[in-house]
Parts: sequence; C-alpha cells; structure tokens
Amino acid sequence: MNFIKNFFERTEPLVQKGGKYHWLQSVHDGFFTFLYTPKTTSKTGTHIHDYIDLKRTMSIVVLALVPAVLFGMYNVGYQHFKAIGELAATGFLQVFLYGLLKVLPIIVVSYGVGLGIEFVFAQIRGHEIQEGFLVSGMLIPLVMPVETPLWMIAVSTAFAVIIGKEVFGGTGMNIWNPALVARAFLFFAYPAQMSGIKVWVSLSGADKVVDGFTGATPMADAAAGHITYSVADAFFGLIPGSIGETSTLAILIGAVLLIITGIGSWRIMLSTIAGGAVMGLILNAFAGSPALSEANQVFFGIPFWHHLILGGFMFGAIFMATDPVSAAQTVKGKWIYGFLIGILAILIRVINPAYPEGMMLAILLMNTFAPLIDHYVVRGHVRRRLKRATVKGQTA
Amino acid sequence: MSEVIRLKKGLNIKLKGSADKVLEKLPTPATVALKPTDFPGLTPKLTVKAEAEVKAGDALFYDKYHPEVVFTAPVGGKVVSINRGERRKILEVVIEANEKAGAVKFKKADPISLSEDEVKEQILKSGLWPFIKRRPYGTIAYPTEKPMSMYVSTFDTAPLAPDYDFVVEGQLDTFQTGINALTRLTEGKVYLGINSGSAFTGVKNVEINTFEGPHPAGNVGIQIANTKPLNKGEVVWTVNVQDVLFIGRLFETGKVDFTKTVALAGSEVKEPKYYQTTLGAPVASLITDKLIKADYHQRIISGNVLTGTKVEGSTYLGYYDSLISVIPEGDEYEFVGWADPGFGKFSASKTFFGKLFPKNEYTMNANLHGGERAFVVTGQYEKLVPMDILPVHLLKAILVNDIDKMEQLGIYEVIEEDFALCEYACTSKIEVQKILREGINTMIKELG
Repeated sequence: MNFIKNFFERTEPLVQKGGKYHWLQSVHDGFFTFLYTPKTTSKTGTHIHDYIDLKRTMSIVVLALVPAVLFGMYNVGYQHFKAIGELAATGFLQVFLYGLLKVLPIIVVSYGVGLGIEFVFAQIRGHEIQEGFLVSGMLIPLVMPVETPLWMIAVSTAFAVIIGKEVFGGTGMNIWNPALVARAFLFFAYPAQMSGIKVWVSLSGADKVVDGFTGATPMADAAAGHITYSVADAFFGLIPGSIGETSTLAILIGAVLLIITGIGSWRIMLSTIAGGAVMGLILNAFAGSPALSEANQVFFGIPFWHHLILGGFMFGAIFMATDPVSAAQTVKGKWIYGFLIGILAILIRVINPAYPEGMMLAILLMNTFAPLIDHYVVRGHVRRRLKRATVKGQTA
Repeated sequence: MSEVIRLKKGLNIKLKGSADKVLEKLPTPATVALKPTDFPGLTPKLTVKAEAEVKAGDALFYDKYHPEVVFTAPVGGKVVSINRGERRKILEVVIEANEKAGAVKFKKADPISLSEDEVKEQILKSGLWPFIKRRPYGTIAYPTEKPMSMYVSTFDTAPLAPDYDFVVEGQLDTFQTGINALTRLTEGKVYLGINSGSAFTGVKNVEINTFEGPHPAGNVGIQIANTKPLNKGEVVWTVNVQDVLFIGRLFETGKVDFTKTVALAGSEVKEPKYYQTTLGAPVASLITDKLIKADYHQRIISGNVLTGTKVEGSTYLGYYDSLISVIPEGDEYEFVGWADPGFGKFSASKTFFGKLFPKNEYTMNANLHGGERAFVVTGQYEKLVPMDILPVHLLKAILVNDIDKMEQLGIYEVIEEDFALCEYACTSKIEVQKILREGINTMIKELG
C-alpha cells in the first residue's frame, strides 16, 4: 500500500501554491486524507486527541443508512413486479437487481454532482474538503421517488449544496438540512413530477399493469379516504414511497447503530416520535367530528401509531431531524425541537389539502427555528446563573 | 464537616506508563532556570544582570504591573545567561547552582501567630507569591485583592498525574504550616478538596470537601464550581499542593527551599517513577538515559498530556509542573484511519470497538487523528465539563468576541485545564484551550 502514499507525497509539491497543478490541491488533499489520516500532530493545547474525526462520524451515519438503501433497492423491484403482476414469477435476486439498477444511477448522480461542487468550493475557498456531503449524498437519493429524472436529481443536488450549504460557509454552517433542501426544491420547482401517482413505482420496461393498480402511496390513499396498506407491509416497507423511507424496520436498524455509537441524538429521535404520536392522538379525538369530510374522517381516524410507520416520518425522525448542524444544540432544545417536528409533521400531513406528507416541511421549519429554541434555552441558563449570583448576594 | 460531592461528567484517560511509587533523589542540578513564559500575561522586569551572584531567594525579575510580585532564584549561584526570543522577550533566566552561595534569611515563625500583613510580606519577598493564583482567569493573585476564600486541590485526576498522597509522605506537618499561612491571607475559609482514601484527611484549619468522579474532578476550578461557584466580581485564590509545601518550608526554616517531587511518566519512559529535584531543573536532568528509545520521535511534555507544554531536553521544567510526560510524536500517516474498527483504540466516543473491550492502559501519541473542521457534532463537550456551564456556547461567544455573553456564560469560572478534555474529545479538532485563553485575555484587557 505504500506506493499510494508515495504517489500522494511525491505529487504534493505539484499541487501546492505555485505548482503546476495547484488547482487540484483540494482534490489531492481530499483523496489523500481519505486514504491516509494525516500525520499532523498537535501544536497547541492538548497533546493527545481522540481517534474520532468527522470522516468517521459521517461514515457511521452512512453505515446506518445501508439497511434502508438495500431495502429501498429491493422494494423498488418489488413494487415494479407487483405492479405488472409478475411478482410471484420473479426470483429475489432479480427483484433486487432491478431495484439496484434503478437506484444506483441516482446515487451516482447525487454523489457526483455534490462532491464535484464541494471540491470546487474547497479549492476556491482554500480549505479542506469537508465530509458533510458523504451523508447528504446518500440521503438525497433516499428521499426521492424512484422515477425522478436524473437531471432533476442533479439540479436539486446542486441547488442543495450551493444554496443550502456553501453560501452559509460549508459543513457546520448551514441552517437547513441539505438533503431536505434538495427535496423541497424539487417539490416546489417540479410539483407535477414529484407527487401524484406516476413517480412512486418504476414501470419502465413494462407494457401492462395489473387491474386496480394506481401507483399512489398508501398515504395518498388514506388522505383520499381509502386504507390500502397492511400494518405489516408498512412496517417492513413493502409499500410505494420514496426510495429509502418505506421500511420502518430497516430505518430502526440504522437507528440502533446511531444510538449505540452516540452519533445520532436519541433525544431528538424519541421526542420526534413522541410528538408524532401525540398529534396522532389529538387527530384521533376529532375523527368522528361531523364537520369533517368523509375522507378526512378516515384519515383523522387511522390509529395514531400508523402515522409513525407510514410515509417519511420515521426516516425523517432518525436521519434528518438528528442532523447536528441544523438541529437544536442544547439538551433541552433538542427535546423541544424534536417534539415540535413530530407535532408539525403529522399536522401538516393530515390537515393540508395538497400533499399528504409533512415530514420534510416540518423538519425544514424546525431547522429554521432551532437557533431560536437554543437562544431561549441559553437565556434560561443565563438567567438561572444570574439568580444564583443574586441569591448569594442577599445571604452574604 | 466533610461533604462528599459526586461528579458524573468527565472522563478518565488511562495512559500507559504511570509512575511507580518510588522516589529517587537527584543531586542539585548544575543549572536551573525560571521561565517568565510560564506565567500567562506577565511582563517581566529584570532586577539582575548576567554574571550576577545571587543567593537562593534573591529577586531575579518582577511583574511590571505589580512590582511587589517578585520571582526569586530557586538556588544560589551565578546568573549565567538570560535567554531572549523574538523582540527581546525574556525566555529563560539561567542560574549556575553553587551551594556555597547561601540563601536569603527570612522570618522563622508559625504563620498562625503572625498578622496578615507579615505573612503576605514574607511570601511576597521570598518570591513565593507567584504560587498563589487567582480565579477568575488563573493568573497570579493580585496582592492588594481580598479573596473570598482559598482553594487547594490535593489530588490530580489528569492522565499520568502524580499522586500527591505519595508526594507529601513525611511532609504533612510542613503542609499544615503552609495551610496555616494561607489561612492568614483570607477572611474566608481555606477549602481542601480531597478524594476518597486521601492522606490529607487530618489537615486542620480547613474545610474539607471530598470529591468522587472522573477527571476533571481533581481540577481546583471544578471543585470551586461544585461548592461555591464564582460570580461576577468575586475572587478566590488557589494554590497547588507542592507550592503549599514551599510556603510551609519558608516559615519553618526561614529560607526558601524549592525542592520538589516530579513524576516522570508515559509510554516511552523505561521506569516511570518519582524524582526529587529542584524547581526549574533542566528537563535533561530528568530524562537523560531514562527513555526507552533515545533517537525516536517522541514528545516530551512538561505537565500532563492535556494541559502541559511541549519541551525539548535543552529547556527547563515548567514553574507549576510536577510531571514530565513522554509520549510518541505519532507524525505518521494512518491508512484509512477513519474506517479502522478500532480494537484497542481508546475514544471518548462510542464509535470504536475498543469501547467494548477496554484495556487497563493505552499508548497515545500526539497525532490529531483527523483534520480541523467547524463545529458539527453537538453534545460532546457537555458530557466532559462537570459545571453549570454550556461550553460550546461560551466558546462561540469568545469566537465572536461578545464580552457580555462571555460573562453571562461563565468565563469567570473556567481556565484552560477545565475544558482540556473537550479539546481531547473534539471530533472537529477545535483548539479549545487556545480559544478560551484568548477569551480570558480579552476579558483582562477590556475589564481588568
């Protein structure tokens, strides 16, 4: 393996300032540090440093996403063959392969475009390439419907990286979760292609569909007053939906890894789920109200915990809400932030008439408010500290 | 009277090569030196010239802004050189030791029978004043100030730290004399922070608090924050264990005696143990022939691996340090280090398999193990600071230079050592201690 290191060391002078390939400096550095942890030693402060770095943190999140990715691929194939009525006749491997071939290009485009832009920005700004996009690049495909055109993936990724992140200063400085910025961009820029019934199930190469196939997600059906899912399918993820969001089980496996390693905040996960459940219960209480339309009565009335396994709720709670940069940062703030996401997600999902999903908007909204939540938590902290001073002043 | 305070936050880092409880007495070193750079914020004014003959206890330099605070020769002899750095900044005042030079005579008395002014004057003149530090800011105490109380921590929880129970063996009476002197300097109490099983339980004229918990439980700042946290405008003074001994000896013998015990520890040391030497001894006198590999890239640290200073063999022991740590430099590349499962690697995070199979001791080097980044991960620092403080928010207040915020978020209560663990554990490799010291310097400059 030494020849790789030698290659990078030998080429280093070429990419330094004034070198022949100085415009490749950030790329060189990016690949070098990816392969070899740098030999930099501490100059000030502590002489020893923890082995953890941002690369490891981010790669653990990517690892936690793997079950959702793999299951998402399988489900793409599953929905396809189910729609054309050939599910029983198709082997597991073929089903998975179909999904793999559908999903892989999306992942490649997302990483290609995103990392390309990151490299350019790192070069212009003269800083190291930062690892934030390792996770965003995987999240973006997972929140997309499978039939999203690749050029749309490219445009939305570019938008997310540039407007969602780099204008604020890069990884660690962004206000909103970049992957959700990409999703929201597509949702508002190309509403016709991003919702409705055409994008959720891949039908390419098929000339027929089975009778009764609509292509709608169970959530859209529920909003229209029909319950078309079984709890088991929704939990295991064998329902139409965005690529990575359908399987609650696969997402929970990732959640376990995030919680064990301490990389994802269990407080945010738990409070988001609690918020969703509470809102579900509140809606249940109104389900019988005659003021509601018939369809609304059905959607209001689905058991509160069904909301947790439907749509993007769980995926958002585990992987999106917990993004440490865009979430609240104080302990108390995390509880409030997560709880409000849960409440808002289900509220938007059920009440808004246009689009039966609310996780994306709820998280983006709370991303916006996270600094405000923190501001008040910190102010409370300061006030308590001041009180300590005055109480003491009186007794002294 | 003793209260047990259990601290949950923090982290013990078990490094290989902690000192065995064996004391070897070294001869008085040929040269000793004082380094004005050991005192943050000090502007030294020399009172001696090169080639001057001095007795132990003669002033070498003083603080420009507090001229009564003098720094005296640890041993008698001849000032052989005054080493300067950039812009003629004084780096070292080196004395060639000569036993015949003698020592300055001071009053010999039990400080308990003396007045506050007499004790203060004796400590100032003998050059022991710099051992008294003040909080906020951790600078040398201002003699004109009236501290609410004084704090002495009798144990150190930092990695490889010397065991003061062992260091004071046979010197507890001297320690008591030193404590008696301290009681004269404050109208409040002298608080003694001890751990369980401490040798200091019998010390009198103090209020004892017992602390249990991981590092930084032994830090005096943490002990203050968990007994009577400092508020704006309040001042307390702190003294280290060995420095209390210096003060005790001054009043017992009537002359300065800067003999101190220094632990030599770390994974690169042949036989980690304790050495009796003198304040300001050359680092070389402590490490020569005592390291496993002579020509190996290793880092020698005066102090502990979290807060100490990187030194070379040719320099001198830090003024306040009772430890020399030697660890590998670690300036080597590591192939895909971020993907290593991490068996046998110690981490404050839970992302390495080493967490499942903890070892008794670890070898750690000075590598950063990653590149510096912006703050990304949250909740990491809070687990390591057992105080009612939001570390990240305080640091961010410093970074944007917001003095009001710094004040509100508790800059008066902390110095670098209290946040050192955050810097160790930081995913983004942020220079926490440097930022904090910059904040403290801003506070001193703006508010005095």
